Amino acid sequence: MKQIYMDYAATTPVRKEVLDEILPFFSENFGNPSSLHTFGQDARYPVESAREKIASAIGATPDEIVFTSGGTESNNFAVKGIANARQDKGRHIITSAIEHHAILEPCHFLEKNGFEVTYLPVDSKGLVDPDDVLKAIKNETILISVMHANNEIGTIQPIKEIGAIARERGILFHSDVVQTLGRMPINVDDLNLDLVSASGHKIYGPKGVGFIYIRKGTRVTPFMHGGEQERGRRASTHNVPGIIGIGKAAELAMIDLHSETERITALRDKMISGILANIEDCRLNGHPEKRLFNNIHVSIDYIEGESLLLYLDMEGIACSTGSACSSASLEPSHVLTAIGVSPDTAYGALRFTLGRLATEEDVNFVIDTLPGIVKKLRDMSPVYKNKGKA
Amino acid sequence: MDHFKNPRNVGEMVNPSGVGNAGNPVCGDTMQLHIKVADNIIIDAKFKTFGCGAAIATSSMMTELIINRTIDEAMAVSNKTVADALGGLSQAKMHCSVLAEQALGSAIDDYHTRRKEADL
Repeated sequence: MKQIYMDYAATTPVRKEVLDEILPFFSENFGNPSSLHTFGQDARYPVESAREKIASAIGATPDEIVFTSGGTESNNFAVKGIANARQDKGRHIITSAIEHHAILEPCHFLEKNGFEVTYLPVDSKGLVDPDDVLKAIKNETILISVMHANNEIGTIQPIKEIGAIARERGILFHSDVVQTLGRMPINVDDLNLDLVSASGHKIYGPKGVGFIYIRKGTRVTPFMHGGEQERGRRASTHNVPGIIGIGKAAELAMIDLHSETERITALRDKMISGILANIEDCRLNGHPEKRLFNNIHVSIDYIEGESLLLYLDMEGIACSTGSACSSASLEPSHVLTAIGVSPDTAYGALRFTLGRLATEEDVNFVIDTLPGIVKKLRDMSPVYKNKGKA
Repeated sequence: MDHFKNPRNVGEMVNPSGVGNAGNPVCGDTMQLHIKVADNIIIDAKFKTFGCGAAIATSSMMTELIINRTIDEAMAVSNKTVADALGGLSQAKMHCSVLAEQALGSAIDDYHTRRKEADL
């Protein structure tokens, strides 16, 4: 049976070009980049080259890039690091209700430690209104953090406008670009960004590596204490293969950005219209236009998403019921709740995210297969029997 | 997995002896159980379930465990009995098996109520 992977928002396979570049750094060029001897320097130069590639991908300079263990660490670093460093200026942070848990949980942590956090609402398409950002700003506001695109419903936020509001008032602006790096052009100056978080394994690089962009002159309290790596901003021996991998992956993503956007957008649109046309009581979540080019997020009434996911898996189709990170949770997705989806409808949510290996044949197979699975589960559903009798 | 992939006894009955409904407020799962009773023995059971893989599998297994059992024997079928018969459920999914137990209790209560009403 052919396996069709449509969960690229959860993770992506490492590209062969990336893997080829990484492999020697496990056993041949294994030096510690902090060592002054030849072994160390042989590892140091590729790490710095990767830093240059990352910086180039987002319009930054290499000394503004700090390598981390991934998106979660970068987000934690941004929120807690700024809170720590700027608490003498104020203890108020603004974020959105639909951020990834890697932003929301550090915010909850800070709330328990005397900070105040405003969670901006979103509209029914998942958009933050820049006017709401403006209204939420106080004299004590030190940081605004709004993700570039939502990992569940794919809605792309007006971060340039939000960044401009922050900049005018001297408030730092951070964005989690985990889902958009390599999928959309990102320039930290154009978008008015002071801090940016990203991850390697979402862009066909390895897991366990990410980076945070910190605009020059921005004071951030280190998250990891120990050695003096990353100019004192992040201790811990460099993950050399990971760093080289994320650098190469970012470089390749920039080369492919235009062609992949065009190809996958066409597949996404075909899949959305095919699913909506073939399944009744089914709707698209997120914004119809301002959405990631690879995201298809639908709610299918009267059935439960996990059952759908498992039946699809038996057909060789891999997707998600929402955020992969919260799939063990019994609660409806906080993102769907925030856009006003009822709990009953939220349970029947499915997320397909396309990527490099997606083909039209795969999309056609999903469009053809999904209705039969939906019918089987609806025939089994006592809720479907009572459809319309509420 | 087999009881999820090929659930047994899915459906409804025209003239059930008892109907049970259960809903799990934690995760939103819902189950409906129809039983047919003759001479105090459950001779048939049908279910419909809105829920996750574990909810569907436990519903299916539970119907298999109660068919051809007396009412008293069926009442002794607990969520743990169902989970054990499936080869065990993870702790996170144990609450799903409670749905089947509650639907069974509700169906048996309904059966007793119908009998009392018929006797009056």
